[in-house]
Amino acid sequence: MSLALTIGLLMGAGIYLVLQRGMMRIIFGFILLTHAINLLLIASGGVARRDAPFFGGDTSQAADPLPQAFVLTAIVIAFSITVVMATFAAIGRRDDDTEPDSLTPADLGDEGEEVRS
Amino acid sequence: MTDVVSLLLPMFAGAPLLVGGILLALPRQHTVRSVLGMVSLLAMLAGAVLLVVLTADGTVIAHQVALWPGGISIPFVADLFASLVLTVTSILAVVSFQYMIASREARSPSIASFVLILAGGVAGALLTGDLFNLFVFIEVMLLPSYGLLLVLSRQGDLGGARLYVTVNLLASTLFLGGVGLIYAVEGTVNLAELAGAAVDNPATAVAAAVCLGAIAVKAAVFPVHGWLARTYVVTSPAVTALFSGLHTKVAIYVIYRIYAVVFDGDATWLVIALVITSLTMVIGVFGAMGEPTMRSILVFHMVSQIGYILVGVGLFTQLGLTAGIFYLLHHMIVKASLFLSTGAIEQTYGSGRLDQLGGMRTREPLITAAFVIAALSLAGLPPFSGFVAKFSLILATIDAGQVIVGIVAIAVSLFTLLSMLKIWAAVFNGKLPQDSERRAAEARVRETAGLLDDEPVEAAAVDAEMQAVRERHDTARAGESDDDTHDHHGPRVPLRLALPALQLAAITVCLGIGAEFLLGLSEQAAAGLIDTTDYVVAVIGQ
Repeated sequence: MSLALTIGLLMGAGIYLVLQRGMMRIIFGFILLTHAINLLLIASGGVARRDAPFFGGDTSQAADPLPQAFVLTAIVIAFSITVVMATFAAIGRRDDDTEPDSLTPADLGDEGEEVRS
Repeated sequence: MTDVVSLLLPMFAGAPLLVGGILLALPRQHTVRSVLGMVSLLAMLAGAVLLVVLTADGTVIAHQVALWPGGISIPFVADLFASLVLTVTSILAVVSFQYMIASREARSPSIASFVLILAGGVAGALLTGDLFNLFVFIEVMLLPSYGLLLVLSRQGDLGGARLYVTVNLLASTLFLGGVGLIYAVEGTVNLAELAGAAVDNPATAVAAAVCLGAIAVKAAVFPVHGWLARTYVVTSPAVTALFSGLHTKVAIYVIYRIYAVVFDGDATWLVIALVITSLTMVIGVFGAMGEPTMRSILVFHMVSQIGYILVGVGLFTQLGLTAGIFYLLHHMIVKASLFLSTGAIEQTYGSGRLDQLGGMRTREPLITAAFVIAALSLAGLPPFSGFVAKFSLILATIDAGQVIVGIVAIAVSLFTLLSMLKIWAAVFNGKLPQDSERRAAEARVRETAGLLDDEPVEAAAVDAEMQAVRERHDTARAGESDDDTHDHHGPRVPLRLALPALQLAAITVCLGIGAEFLLGLSEQAAAGLIDTTDYVVAVIGQ
């Protein structure tokens, strides 16, 4: 039950953040969302059985290794995509709505131009 | 022969990834990168054609990676449907890369690698027989796409590129969630082991529906189509052509595959599919009406055509699937041809806006030919492949008793023709606006200086460029008589930019006249989707 509640909480918070303006908040939202999905994958293998299948552990009580492999892969992919999204946030120039509306585009400067050449 | 090929199946995904990685180590030699990239893509095309030949009689070739027994290993499976889609995606990758070389976009250090990795990811997604592996390959497809979108975009506004990443990532996350749910219910994500599972167990049906919903976002099906028109217009035309053929169409392939295998073509849900596809057809074609540029019109038509293709899976009869598969293959080629011909105009004249172009009919005979053929084929006129595709699809709807869907399909194709006429009237007829020459010169100055579209250019540099072009032009035409009334000033689309669109247009003519051949193959592929026994036996061996 605690796992289900955690997944729900992470999912809700993630969706809330993804719906915000500004790339950074969307990135944080996706980090929470991928955590929620990773927990879901772990849960899909059943969390009651936790023994190791070696060193004398009971194989009928061994944890399911496949969802763990899924999660490992998913973590790596999520990590690389977070980096890509962070790049998008960093090279954004005049069009990111992260700043309050009172600032005009001229106040924000033009950093990151050489990245795009 | 089949045994050797089955061993090589993972190489369709692996080899392009490997070559793509190696090419990154050659940042200076752009000729070497272009040649190696092209050779790899051509080799992939040859391999795909070989797969079609081997699977044409309904054989399913399967390979268990690392030779683990079926059901435990990750399988790679090639049936006729996968082979046909793989062949056409390879054709598109070759032609789009040819366009990128012609437009000098391929000189940028990472482009050849991005295209190869994208092609490898597509091959993996088409050939894999495992849902989690499918997720991985979809991510492999998406990462280089983000790069292509960004590196070849000439727009200062990154909004479209960000939207693309966000939407696709959200859909991938949802898909992964669906895969997790399927594993929780069934204890496997091997497609062959899941055969018919959604019919037996409603919980599996819900889990698989989460996957289908996520993939529908990627396929840009109504009501989740909105991102497509805002993102495909921000990058280079060659990338749009590549994406149109690869991304949304792989998603459609996955919808066909999951519904055929996991749901076993369950008739209970087909009504929902037909309603959604009919709405997609209508909304897409109406969305195109108010669009101001050639490319955004074409992108909305893509949404509409995706509706047509999915009618095949919505009917799930032998005739419907045959028509749907034929439509899918025809559409990939025609759409890419349209994107490339209008893209050549856009890049040469510095604008894709309908109100800033005109008179292409007399200036650009080759582009005009390519556009007319592809546009009429898209609208569904004989003798092009679009006619066969639409005719067989409408016959299939009537055969299945879904006359309303057939009527919608006919009405929508009239509006498609109307949209094509709008582009024709604005861009090909009439006269080229006076300021077009200046805009073209400005575009070239920007390209040489590497400036984005919202950065200022020096007026003097543009003037100098215009003068240079005029002089070059006058020397070239010095010997010719001057009795023709048309304005011949300014640059033309070079032959090398027109060729890719023409090649694809030629394919649609061939497919139209020799439709019997591809229809036969589509029929065999459809039979493989209706009866999935061969697929299951090839993968898990019983």
